[in-house]
Amino acid sequence: MSPELLAQLHDIGRTRVAPFAAEVDAGARFPHEAFAALKEARLLSCYVPVEYGGMGLNVIEVARIGEVLGGYCGSTAMVFAMHQIQVACIVHHALGSENFQAIAREIVERQLVLASATTELGIGGDVRTSSCALVVEGERYRIEKKAPVISYAEHADAILVTARRAPDAGPNDQVHIFVRVANAQLTPLSTWDTLGFRGTCSLGFTLLAEGPVADVLPAPYAEIHAKSMHGFSHGTWAALWLGIAADAVAKARAFVRAEARKTPGTLPPSAMRLAEVDAMLFTMRGGVEATLAEYQRRLDLYPNQPFPQDYAFTLRVNNLKVTTSQLIVDVVSRALLICGIQGYRNDSKHSLGRHLRDAYGAALMVNNDRILLQSSTIQIVAREG
Amino acid sequence: MQLEQIRGLVLQHARLPVASDTVTFDSDLYAAGLTSLTTVHLMLALEDAFGVEFPDRLLSRKTFDSVQSISEAIDEMKASG
Repeated sequence: MSPELLAQLHDIGRTRVAPFAAEVDAGARFPHEAFAALKEARLLSCYVPVEYGGMGLNVIEVARIGEVLGGYCGSTAMVFAMHQIQVACIVHHALGSENFQAIAREIVERQLVLASATTELGIGGDVRTSSCALVVEGERYRIEKKAPVISYAEHADAILVTARRAPDAGPNDQVHIFVRVANAQLTPLSTWDTLGFRGTCSLGFTLLAEGPVADVLPAPYAEIHAKSMHGFSHGTWAALWLGIAADAVAKARAFVRAEARKTPGTLPPSAMRLAEVDAMLFTMRGGVEATLAEYQRRLDLYPNQPFPQDYAFTLRVNNLKVTTSQLIVDVVSRALLICGIQGYRNDSKHSLGRHLRDAYGAALMVNNDRILLQSSTIQIVAREG
Repeated sequence: MQLEQIRGLVLQHARLPVASDTVTFDSDLYAAGLTSLTTVHLMLALEDAFGVEFPDRLLSRKTFDSVQSISEAIDEMKASG
């Protein structure tokens, strides 16, 4: 990422994201201020190729943006990442279609916010299975889906929805549909009052929608999931968790520095804890950077084709998710121990409450147990290198 | 006045292996034995004494070159509030 973009991001973070983070968290409300700033900076289309008017950033750069945002507001970073995952599905799999070329330009021009509806009631969180089906009549489709979670649905312009290809299709024969919120009826099924990531507004909805058949992505969802959803989600999420963890360590560092001033010549014992937690952050960063680099190499290798089956890569992505979602809790907890009661307080500049509550969400959004269960099957046949 | 105070803090916290009377306002502190680690102790003492916080960009070798350059950095921090 260019130093100019990085500086601009930190400026947005300091002036437009961080000042509202506590309010977003307390009210479990959408980070409007942050998204107004991200739209002004044209960052919602940063992954759209330059030929369609976007910035043409790669996944490593997009993940880095999420990491920076994570240091200012975890919810803002999560919504940013989830939006970019949807953009990536379109960019990787749909730009052969004139309709989606126009949608790509629209994402740029109008800085559309894209949400996702993959999980479904009665399915148990397996995104590669759908119960609802696309119903096509002439050039129009209809869909009805009961989704236990559609993050920021009420603040999005469009939602990418998975469904069975047709009423007589099997549960794994899925398509991915670009549903305009203007053409959809969203009836809330649940509220969103959680420990952390409160600003993602991840309520459940019954989604009833219709639109032109051309808005169905041309690739089967199986391909989209393997090449885009899996790697892009876990890569960008892990990066933003790293950003949250790094900010917790920065707060601990500021605390130790203030303590150290009081005892010139002797470092407080917490300084050693700081060195220790920074080494954990280093491990976390290593996993994030190595996995993103490998993912980008694969994207470069198969620019217009589906990813071939690679069990070892799938495992590494799963391992990234499982390890970083645990490390974020460890790192933030240790930072809290360093800051002591000042970190425990909600009214202190060293407060780590939001970081800790956000951190615990990482292992649950796509539950680690589900991922480990999938990994344990793959382990049997995987080969390293 | 400020220069003398800084010189005192340098002698107290920088753990220089030289005779204190050889350290003047213009002495090269690194040549006198200041290291990257002892710089941290000196910085903390300066922050405490002057009620400032060194921003990252001032945490450079140049800032801690001499008592004089430290004094200029402190003036700069005080000026920017």
